[in-house]
This record gives sequence, C-alpha cells and structure tokens, in this order.
Amino acid sequence: MRHSLGLGLLLAVAACAKTPPPKSAGDKPSGPQEIVSIPADPYPSTYRPYPSVTTVIQNATIYDGAGGKLSGGAVRLENGKVVEIGQTVTVPAGAQVIDARGKYVTPGIIDIHSHMGDYPSPGVDAHSDGNEATGPNRAEVWAEHSVWPQDPQFTRALAGGVTSFHVLPGSANLFGGRGVTMRNVLGRTAQDMKFPGAKPSLKMACGENPKRVYGSKNQAPATRMGNIAVDRQVWSDAVIYKRKWDEYARKAKAGTAKPTDAPRRELANDTLMGVLNGDILVQNHCYRADEMANVIAMSKEFGYHVAAFHHAVEAYKIADLLKTENICAAMWADWWGFKMESYDGIRENAAFVDSAGACAIIHSDDADGIQRLNQEAAKAMAAGRRAGLAITPEHAWEWVSLNPAKGLGIDKETGSLAPGKRADVVLWNGEPFSVYSRPEKVWIDGAVMYDWADAAKRPVTDFELGQPGRGDTK
Amino acid sequence: MKYFFALALLIGAPGAAETIAITGGTVATVSSDTPIEGGTVIISGGRITAVGLSVAVPAGATVIDATGKWVTPGIFAAMSFIAVSEVGAVDQTNDTGAAKSPYSAAIDLTPGINPASSSIAVERQGGVTRSAVGLNAPTAIFGGQGAMISLAASGDIVTRPRAFQYVEMGEQGARNAGGSRPVAFLNFRNALHEAERYARNPAAFDSGRERESLVTRLDAAALVPVVEGRQPLVVHVERAQDIRNVLALRSEFPRLKPILLGAREGWLVAAEIAAAKVPVITMPLFDNPNSFEALASTRNNVGRLVRAGVLVGLGITEQDASFQARNLPNYAGNMVAQAKVPSGVGLTWAEALRSVTSAPAAIFGMGDTGTLAAGERADVVVWDGDPLELTSAPTAIFIDGVRQPITSRQTELRDRYLRLGTASLPLQYRP
Repeated sequence: MRHSLGLGLLLAVAACAKTPPPKSAGDKPSGPQEIVSIPADPYPSTYRPYPSVTTVIQNATIYDGAGGKLSGGAVRLENGKVVEIGQTVTVPAGAQVIDARGKYVTPGIIDIHSHMGDYPSPGVDAHSDGNEATGPNRAEVWAEHSVWPQDPQFTRALAGGVTSFHVLPGSANLFGGRGVTMRNVLGRTAQDMKFPGAKPSLKMACGENPKRVYGSKNQAPATRMGNIAVDRQVWSDAVIYKRKWDEYARKAKAGTAKPTDAPRRELANDTLMGVLNGDILVQNHCYRADEMANVIAMSKEFGYHVAAFHHAVEAYKIADLLKTENICAAMWADWWGFKMESYDGIRENAAFVDSAGACAIIHSDDADGIQRLNQEAAKAMAAGRRAGLAITPEHAWEWVSLNPAKGLGIDKETGSLAPGKRADVVLWNGEPFSVYSRPEKVWIDGAVMYDWADAAKRPVTDFELGQPGRGDTK
Repeated sequence: MKYFFALALLIGAPGAAETIAITGGTVATVSSDTPIEGGTVIISGGRITAVGLSVAVPAGATVIDATGKWVTPGIFAAMSFIAVSEVGAVDQTNDTGAAKSPYSAAIDLTPGINPASSSIAVERQGGVTRSAVGLNAPTAIFGGQGAMISLAASGDIVTRPRAFQYVEMGEQGARNAGGSRPVAFLNFRNALHEAERYARNPAAFDSGRERESLVTRLDAAALVPVVEGRQPLVVHVERAQDIRNVLALRSEFPRLKPILLGAREGWLVAAEIAAAKVPVITMPLFDNPNSFEALASTRNNVGRLVRAGVLVGLGITEQDASFQARNLPNYAGNMVAQAKVPSGVGLTWAEALRSVTSAPAAIFGMGDTGTLAAGERADVVVWDGDPLELTSAPTAIFIDGVRQPITSRQTELRDRYLRLGTASLPLQYRP
C-alpha cells in the first residue's frame, strides 16, 4: 500500500491533540503542540435510514448480486439489514411477509456514473452545474456542492430500482473534481443523501473533451499528448504537496513543528493528495484502449490506482490488461458513434471484459438510461452469449450491483444480498432482464421507498408540485 | 397518397429478387393481432406473395426454416438519422443540419444520404429495414426535406426523397426564430403565405415583394407542396399548448398535413390531436421534465395517445447516443411493460409491434409497407425470440425481398477481439 501517512492518520492525531499549546513561546517548539490537519469529512453525511419493519420475501427467484441464484428462495430484512437468505428463512412474529411467487428479487441497482443533481431536470442553463470548465485542473470542486436535491431525476431512477449512485463532475476538465456516492433517498440537502462513509472520488478525463474544451480556448491541453503532459505536471506538484504535509505531520508528531509550520492548504492538491494517500478513488473517463494504457502507466509513475475507467468503449481491446491491473471498466451497453472516440463501440464490450476476468460495470451517464440499467445489462449479456460466452443472468446482475459497489468501495455494505449488508432490495414483477419487467417495490436500508401500487410511496420533488403531470405514474 | 405510391413503385422496387419461403415460424403479421403459429411467408419479386398456415412452398423457392423463431415485418423507424451522420460530433461526417446555410426549407437531404454509412449495417442488425431520416434545424425554423430510406446493403436506398418538410415550433423554434414562440409562428405564417404567393405566379415572386419578407425564392418554392398538402410537415413540438397552436394553423392553411414529432405533452391534448387526425412520432421513454416544454413527460404518453385514437409511430426524435433505432423494438416492449404498472397506460403487444412497423409506414403514406400480407413490400425479419425482447436478435433479414447481411464493422471488431493474447502477428493482421 502507498499509505505513508494517510489523511485518516493525520485526522486521528488531530482529534487527540487537545492539549493546549505551551505557554512559553520560543523559537524551538517544546512539548505537545496543536497539530494542524486537513479535515477529512467537512461536509459529513446526514443520511439516516427511514423506519423499516421486519420483512420476509418468500417464493421468489433471487439473483443475489454476487452471482448466485435461488429459485423459490427467501430473504429476510431486519433493522435495515439483510439478515438471512436461503430457500427458507425464519419468519419472526409480526414480520411483513410478501409472497413473491412468479416474481424476482435482486439487490438494488448501483450506478457508478451519474450526473443527477448536477445536471438536473429541467436542463436549463441555470441548472448547468456539472462542469467547472474554467481550467483543466479543477480538483478542488466537489460534485456534491452542485447537487440539487429537488431533481426529479432521482425519483425516476428510484422507480427503475436504483438504490445508490455516484454523482461525478463532467469531463470538460482533466481533473474534474470530486464525485460523491449517494443513497437514492431524497432529502432537503445533498448531505442528507450522502452515503455514510463512502470514499469520495476524483473524476479524471482522457481524450477528446478536455483537449477540445481548452484547445478551443487556445490553451493547454489541445492534444492527447497535451492531456497527459498537463496531467503529469499536476501529479508531480501533488507529490510535492503531499511530501510537505507528510514532513510537517512527522515533525508535528515529534513535537518539532509549530502550527504555523503547516503548509498552506491548496484545495485542488488536497484532493490529489487524498488520491495518493488512498482515501479518494480515481474514476477516469476514458474511451480508447490506448489512452487507458497511458493512464495506467501514469498512475504507476505517480503512485496511485485507478478504480474504474468510465465510458470505456474500447475496454474489450485491453480486457486482459484491466484484469492484471485490477481496474473496473464502466460501460454503456451499446452507445457508439456519437464522437470519434466512441466509434469502435460494440455490444459485446461488457461481456468480453467480464470473460477476461476483469470487473465489468454497466453505467448510465444519463438520466434516462439510469432508469433501465437492467435492460442495458440484458442487451450486453445477450450479445456476449451470441458471441459464444456462457453468461447467466445471475452473473450479469453483478454488472449493475456488486461490481459498481466494488468500483465505489462500498461493496462491504451493499451490492449483494448477504447477511449484514444494507437491505437495498428490488422486487420485480418478472425476470429483470425482460423488457416486460418493472420494479414493484424498492427497499433502501430496509425501508420501502418506492411502491408502484401506492402513490404515497412515489416521491414527488418540490419542482414538480403544481406542474402538469404532477404525481402521474412515470 | 396516390402520388406517393407511384413514386415508391418507381424508385423502391429492386430488380431480380429470388423466391423465398419462410416456414414454421411464429408469424406476427401485424395486419392481424394474433400471430400465426407455424405460418409460412412467401416472398417473390420483392413482394410478399402469400402468408398463412397452409401455404404451399413454390417449386424452386429457397426455404428458410423458422421453426422456434419469430417472423415480423421489418422494423420501420418513424424517424432517425441513419445514413446522414457517421460520427455525430465529427462535422464533416454529419449532414443532419447546416447552421451556416442561407436556405432552410429548400434543403433536400438526399445528397447527404450515404449508403456506405456504417450506421446502416449496425441498425439493420437490430431488424431495422426502413426509416424516415430527418434533419435538424439549427438556425431557421424550417430544417428542410427529409427522406424515406431502406437499410439495404446494396442498391438505391432512397425509397422516397423529399418525403416531408421539417419545422421547429417549440423552444428550439422560438430560439431559431429570434427568441420567442410568437415570432416562430409569425415566421411560419409568413413563409407559408410566401409559398402561396410563389405558387400563384412564380415569375412574379420577386417583384413588388416586401424587402422584409425574409423568405428566399427557393425556400418559398419548397414550401408550396407543404401549403398545398402534397408534402407532410413534420412539426417538432412538445408542450401541450404548442400542439394546440400547431393544430390551429389549419384554420389558416387548411390543406396542411402536420405530423407531430416529440409531443411529450401530447397526452394532455390527446382528444384534440385525435380529432384533427394528426399522427404523432415520438420516443416513448422520456419521463423526466427535462425542459419547460416537457414538464408533463410520462411513459404513459404513447398509451394515452393510442387510447384516444391517435396514430403513433416510434422514432428517434433526438440525435443522441442513448437512443438508437435498433432499440426501437425494446422501446415498444417497454410500452407493454407500462401497461402492467398500476395506473400506468401502455400498449398491448400487438399495438406495440404496430408502433414500429405499420404505424410509421402509415404515417408517411407507405400503405404497402409494415405488415406481412400478400402484395406488401417484402421487408421481413426472422428473430431468434420475441422481437420486442432485449435478448432477441434477427437471424435473417429481407429488404424488398433481398436477403441482407447481418454483419457490420462492429461484428468485425467483435470477431477480431473475441480472443486476446499473444499471436505471431499483431491483432491488426487478423481478418
């Protein structure tokens, strides 16, 4: 691991450093000093699960999200957690029992690439809050600070079975800023929706977008080589920044540094140092295989790891490399041809990545697509099968649940139906890879947050009040 | 419509097409709601010559065994940008709109239709055999004249040039016209009156003309068939009131033949659209209020329009990677799913299939296309499963009776990269 002196460690030290500074000031610090640190979580999650009742879903076909399937199986949700899954489970007195004969149960869908809240509906200019396209390195901005919690798109995604999602800044910049993982539970603030404890991400972008945005302003980067050059200088500076903080922390711990010796905080470098310390995950927009390979080499040069390549249209060309490097590929099922770097898109992409043993993810990047990630996965699965690969539906479900959870570092908490995990569950009225199936109910932390048959369980955002179509089924 | 039919016959029919018998499949004719189990479809001379349970296979016919498979008419995209855009963001390859053109309505899309475009093979692989291809109107309210094409791998793919005129009358139209809906409607009325004046006396068009009439001679001439009702007018509108206002234009231009495109708030005025006998082309899955002209967006829109009696065809109404013509059967399938949602309004399976076959054909007056019946144009697809399902794909495709390849540069990429690993030569040496 590259955690020489993690942000977390700095914080822990700071939390204990309650001792007041020494009364006698001198040139040489003596005795315990206040240790200046960078707050790791200054905008903490205020998310709280909603009340739930013990629920048993029986007689269901279950895709557990980790590749397992149960026919006529059952799952018990208690205190917001999955507590039991099997052919039969204990039915406690007073539990709500749902007979899911003919129906399907899956873990909730997780979208690793969304701009909901940052590019909300309606998409008027005044709502365009996803790209701080004022410089190629804007690692200091946080997507969560643009999230509008009244975005109606959240509710449509919920009706499509999405229980967690990651909001990323756009791809105009090489370093777009921090992304945030959210629960799909509406709140009055963005902090109300934040997934507690989930690591932030750094959004990076390869290819056409940054070079077009800045090249058209006659500034760097204007080429792909310019992209990498600017990237490398930024990383090189971030390494120096980290070195300064590490040095300060070492001295402060040894009692040989004053608070005024702490380096000046540079917010963009805070994010980059977080990556170098392993506290922030890199989510890298990158279409072309050759560019992904360049980024992998760059990550080794500066000592970080890419969690996932997003829009990885050509991931299938380097699926073996992604496997070796333990990097997920987040892909559309079949988008292609809308820009040059998407020209070689094929429907077998996810299946080929999966078949190489790498981590395949189906993502949306789209407020419409996020409502039907199950359908996107179905197309990708079918294409793989047609190419001769044996892919079961219960395995392909990992592409929209456990694998995105891995890419976001939340797989210990969600992404599959395993005892102890958050009860993020979808009940489908049919096989979820069929075009004729829809979610009937969605549980988040064991609470029913959507019920297709109950208007009281279909949220309506403030924006839609008093508007035509308010409260309509969508 | 006679005019169109004659034109279609002249242009559309290919030369020698063999006799084919597709046997044993589940034949969804579209002309009937109930599929024929184990039916036979005979194709000869580019036309369907017989469909039914007890149809004799002609001597010498090529037999395609469709046992366990489905047979449908080819998918007809009521709108798309197939063949006129290769790489959307690469301007040189994208002929859908012309922001710097002095002309608008006069633009004829035909020279932009590229039969070698890779989009044709990719979309055809999804069972799409025919499409209306459209334009964008980036600066004026009128975009020009779109065409009907086939997705055939060879021959002339332009089934009907100048099949419709395109106009923006919603938010985009307001922007293009100078900043408001009133000026868009003013532009529209002025242009059509100029067309009428041109039609009365083309030679006198330029004399005594107000300088501010703002309509070029070519554009006025191009709008004559629109104002005379000989060429349908595809009108992009979303907001309910914009739809009402467009329908009301017929009191001033009674022969106008509007086709509404988009119409995401159409359900709010479904009875009025139905009474006006105006068809709708839409993308059925939009349900976010992503503009102020589409606040009432819902996946119930198509179902409610069809219940009200409106002829609805599904199409790709926006040039956007997320929506592709090859997925139209799935969008139709989603309408069947919508009908199962409590208080949802969707389509029956038969209605859903119509919305991507016979309905688009009917909207554009191609009455000989979109169903499996004797005399119909032989656009036929054999599927390995329910044609509306996500996991199904065509196993055989015929356009005008000619068997089509189910390959594309995407299948070549697939085959090249199916097995990675070291070889004696770089991958680029693979076929």
